[in-house]
Amino acid sequence: MSVTANPALAADARREQWFFLSLSLPALFVVGVAAILPILWIIRQSFLTIGGVYTVDNYEKVLSSGLTWSALVTTFELSLGTLVACILLGTPLALALAAARPRVANVLMAFVMLPLWTSILVRTYGWLVLLRRDGLINAALTGSGLTAEPLPLVYNFTGTLIGMVHYMLPLFLLPVYAAMRDIDANLIRAAASMGATLGQVIRTVVLPLSAHGIVSGSMIVFIYTIGFFITPAVLGGGKVNPLSIRIERTLSTFQDWGSASVLGLLLFVVMALVGVMFLTARRLMMRNHVGAVHA
Amino acid sequence: MLLWGLSALVLVFLMLPTLVVVPLSFSASDLLEFPPRAYSLRWYENFFGSATWMAALRTSLILGTLKAMLAVPSALLACVSMNRLGGKAAVTIQSVLLIPSIVPGILLAIGLFFVLAAQGLIGTLFGVLVGHVVLAIPVACIVLSPALARFDWNQVQAARSLGANWARAVGGIIVPQLRISLLSATLMAFLTSLDESVISIFVASGRNSTLPKLMFLSLRDQIDPTIAAISTLWTVLVVAVVLIVALRQKS
Repeated sequence: MSVTANPALAADARREQWFFLSLSLPALFVVGVAAILPILWIIRQSFLTIGGVYTVDNYEKVLSSGLTWSALVTTFELSLGTLVACILLGTPLALALAAARPRVANVLMAFVMLPLWTSILVRTYGWLVLLRRDGLINAALTGSGLTAEPLPLVYNFTGTLIGMVHYMLPLFLLPVYAAMRDIDANLIRAAASMGATLGQVIRTVVLPLSAHGIVSGSMIVFIYTIGFFITPAVLGGGKVNPLSIRIERTLSTFQDWGSASVLGLLLFVVMALVGVMFLTARRLMMRNHVGAVHA
Repeated sequence: MLLWGLSALVLVFLMLPTLVVVPLSFSASDLLEFPPRAYSLRWYENFFGSATWMAALRTSLILGTLKAMLAVPSALLACVSMNRLGGKAAVTIQSVLLIPSIVPGILLAIGLFFVLAAQGLIGTLFGVLVGHVVLAIPVACIVLSPALARFDWNQVQAARSLGANWARAVGGIIVPQLRISLLSATLMAFLTSLDESVISIFVASGRNSTLPKLMFLSLRDQIDPTIAAISTLWTVLVVAVVLIVALRQKS
């Protein structure tokens, strides 16, 4: 395209650019109509009363309601809880997978990917069956005499958290595993040959070199879980009310479109803030990382 | 050793809810007893014999097919466009196309609900379809754009210089060479359509309820073992599809 000396060729090149641009129009049109327009509509709706008058009443109502703040707290508790559980369960599994022979690791990865591909409803149903009062886990616990009474494992915060951890774990694992697999095995051999124990190798070599993967995984967990709806709706049994559930209830039970929109925008703002926070953290870490290598 | 033990436990945790459903689906009892005392196919009969479930299944299959047919070609064209334009234009297009995968599903769902309600389109197949296609576009782009990046464009130039028009070049050269990625994108679009529940819960209703919406409602109200039968069929389908894609990629 650098042969612009010839005006005919330049016109041709320009026409071709326009042609290529037009190819993305169908996809852009769908996103415009079914994603961007709905979001703009939510913003508009958030300023509308039921009577159709523009006000900021909805904002006052939602932001002064204790229910909103308790929903926000529940949202954060669920996200943080899921994140901690994912780090505690996912990091060791990623370590084991990265240490395993490629053949074994591939087979084990299939076990990680199967739940990822299973419908969230199927998985939620499975947990319902396992965690109920007369479910499999309580039967095992009381049967073995570990607990006298069945534990309340579902239709509460615990059940919701278990379901969410189960959903997010594969998504957390993938970036962490990728980061650990990319570590040069010679570094680990060198550390071991200098007398480092396994714990020391993990602490001083593996974890620092895979920290960016853990941050990426954590970001995925946080961003995903902030908007989670199905799991709290089914496994929470009406007792766990994060923002997503409040939005649904405000919309379907109270028919209050304006307040539902304000809650939706609040969810979006929280998610965006968390996203920016994580991206900044990762950028800082990457810079330190590069600095350390050059030092 | 501790590491391996813990990892094994985590893998069991990951597999357990999917696996526990299979024996339950063959149970003869109304109760969710485990292991089942007697086996039968009554929950499968229940599913295939119910007009409501069958209508939902049909809706989901139609939606999945239409969604793949609309989302994959438009994503392919958009990827060609981004690939050829490059630079700032491509980055802008890409960030717009990724919006549906970044915005929380519940937000898209209520926004779409408002837009469709204003047009009187709540509960129509069209409304649900639009919501599904928009979710499939970023997924299809993520699958297709690395495949296009590896594609040798000189072949298209050669075809064009020999007189093929663009449609011919795309149909005769790009599509056959990307067939594995296109197949993956199509299957993913289809499967995610079967799975998509949040948008369906808000904008699908009545005759056009999808399978996930019906499953969600029945999970929330009571624990019907029919869901176990559906879940088992579903898992078998997913495993089959993933195996097909994996084997195709190998060959």
